[in-house]
Amino acid sequence: MARSFSKGDPGRVAYVNARLIDPWHGRDEPGALLTEGNRIAQIGPGLFSDGVPDGIGTVDCGGRILAPGLIDIRAFLGEPGYEHKETLATGTEAAAVGGVTTVICLPGTDPVIDDAALVEYIERRAREDAVVRVHPMGALTKGIEGREMTEMGLLAEAGAVAFTDGDRAVADAQLMRRALAYASGLGLLIVQHVEEAALAGTGCMNEGELALRLGLPGIPAAAEVIVLERDLRLVELTGGRYHAACVSTAESVACLANAKTRGLPVSAGVASHHFALNEIAVGEYRTFAKTSPPLRGEEDRQALIGAMRDGTIDVIVSDHCPQDQESKRQPFIQAANGIAGLETMLPLALELHHNGSLPLMRVLEMMTASPARLLELDVGRLEAGAPADLVVIDLDTPWRLSEEGLVAKSKNTPFDGRPVQGRAVRTVVAGHTVYEFSPRV
Amino acid sequence: MATATSHSYPHRHLLGIEGLSAGEITVLLDKSEAYVDQNRRVDKKQSLLRGRTQINLFFESSTRTRTSFELAGKRLGADVINMSAEASSLRKGETLIDTAMTLNAMHPDVLVVRHPHSGAVNLLAQKVDCAVINAGDGGHEHPTQALLDALTIRRRRGRLDGLIVAICGDILHSRVARSNIQLLVTMGARVRVVAPPTLVSPLFHRMGVDVYHDMGSGLGGADIVMMLRLQTERMQGAYVPSVREYFHFYGLDYQKLAAAKPDALIMHPGPMNRGVEIDTDVADDIDRSVIREQVEMGVAVRMACLDILTGHLSNASPTDAGTAE
Repeated sequence: MARSFSKGDPGRVAYVNARLIDPWHGRDEPGALLTEGNRIAQIGPGLFSDGVPDGIGTVDCGGRILAPGLIDIRAFLGEPGYEHKETLATGTEAAAVGGVTTVICLPGTDPVIDDAALVEYIERRAREDAVVRVHPMGALTKGIEGREMTEMGLLAEAGAVAFTDGDRAVADAQLMRRALAYASGLGLLIVQHVEEAALAGTGCMNEGELALRLGLPGIPAAAEVIVLERDLRLVELTGGRYHAACVSTAESVACLANAKTRGLPVSAGVASHHFALNEIAVGEYRTFAKTSPPLRGEEDRQALIGAMRDGTIDVIVSDHCPQDQESKRQPFIQAANGIAGLETMLPLALELHHNGSLPLMRVLEMMTASPARLLELDVGRLEAGAPADLVVIDLDTPWRLSEEGLVAKSKNTPFDGRPVQGRAVRTVVAGHTVYEFSPRV
Repeated sequence: MATATSHSYPHRHLLGIEGLSAGEITVLLDKSEAYVDQNRRVDKKQSLLRGRTQINLFFESSTRTRTSFELAGKRLGADVINMSAEASSLRKGETLIDTAMTLNAMHPDVLVVRHPHSGAVNLLAQKVDCAVINAGDGGHEHPTQALLDALTIRRRRGRLDGLIVAICGDILHSRVARSNIQLLVTMGARVRVVAPPTLVSPLFHRMGVDVYHDMGSGLGGADIVMMLRLQTERMQGAYVPSVREYFHFYGLDYQKLAAAKPDALIMHPGPMNRGVEIDTDVADDIDRSVIREQVEMGVAVRMACLDILTGHLSNASPTDAGTAE
């Protein structure tokens, strides 16, 4: 189904009979869009009202949504070193199924992406194998060991779009201060996994009554906000741009809201499982719902949704973390963290529209315009001259997520059997259709 | 045997006390009671489990619990096999699930499992066809310990309902505490937990118990004082400053015991750290300490659990079936 977007000329394609939604421009209206080669050529409500001229391919959207392709700024794609869990080919195929046209991958590979040559390696491997766009985040510290800064400037020139130690928090305040200060001189973004490692300790789920009953060590909500508070002080000190990768607690939300009120250059992401599930999902020791940060209480989940609505949280991420079955089928404390989220992010996000939590425009903005602005990408908008990265979304058809339905190499999902509404039915990267949904007969 | 009851124990496994009803717990205790008498006879052996295979699978070292289960199985006539982590492929990196599948292929009737991680026994139980008894999983549950403690109390006091039970020590990491709390609260006892704040969470209140941080008020008017073992590695600065300081404030001696009822019983799941959580004279006080009786009850309780669970097996012979009543 999926095929490469970087080879051949897709020619001219007219997408007609569409509901155009573009959060970048605040557009939501019926209309059509023309792509020419790899870029958008024209867009508008009146376009092709007299029919599509000969020589132009036509895609009838059937009244469904035509939006900018989704951007997921937090995914682990396995290469190099973890090809048994995910590869650029399988991971980006999963992305295409999920309507994602740009994936930002994490540097915690083996070897770690802490050198310009490795950034170039990812870019080259992506050109060979990936079916959607891939850009790496570079490691913030060498070997993601939290001790020495990487050559951020050189990594950025090679194509790294931001700097993070992935699922490890930078614990050393001095190092974090200098990293923020140094990055500010180059205008680079620092992305932090907000968790105080010593306080989290051996914790493997949210600290609270459920952990107590299950006899599992918990991670207190304070472990998140302590690091966030500290980092925000350092942002104030340095003026560096800072992004909290995945926040999970109500206290973090309050802390971020305060920082934004004070005008600090900070932003935050939320993983789709954190607004779709609470800690109850790990009851019965369900390791497929074990994540980092852990799933939290219902009040936290509600606070996250509120923060998505009011703009305190900026972007939705899949936090795609593929794990093979052996890593998950373990006693809870030994099982690996993570959810394979690329294919489920959009349907889970659409739940927030269907249940009235968030306007549809805001849901899509958090996966298109917001991440594009944050990382200064040229995608994530519908306008003439922009790259032709598109997604056609069927908003309403109900279906069930299923483990066997996933195309990702690792199928670790806690959403098996969950009823959802809406999905990507066509994914277009640089003018090429890389995925088209075909209902099973 | 105590009064006949219309209740039964309609579960395939015994993985924990949480979720069991008072009636189900009573079924297990009544059946245990019958085995106490039998165990005091010269001829202790029965043939109820003849032809049945019981595997004791211990991923964590244990002497008394394993021996107790072994004796229980043998007295009922089962073939009992002990497997421990040291002597098997469990140390060679085989996953828990692979181990479960391998053992399952040998068609055991009962698996008795102890594991250092919470939930591991539940995980294993999902993968096998036989009955599984949890012999302790991490900091989660140790249901047969709670049953033997309850049996000990019931025989001495004639009831559980309304008794004040103070559980003292490392509550936070203790599976014995969790199972006892679940059982005693379900049976209507008033349960208190007593520990320094680093070894108990205020959230235990949600499990229906009162949390105390000093022995004086925690033991006040108690009918039962249950001491827990404290792992010595937790006493060297991580959770409490030292053994000396811990014993000073939380070790059970006659002075602290004076707050409890004059006839309060002293219990300990063993093995004891004399001079750490319990004074040696108190532990050996024949009028108050029921610690050895607990061990005796352990065998009876485990026989009852084996009896009831094997009675549920689909290939149970007609005469064996329905013993749960």
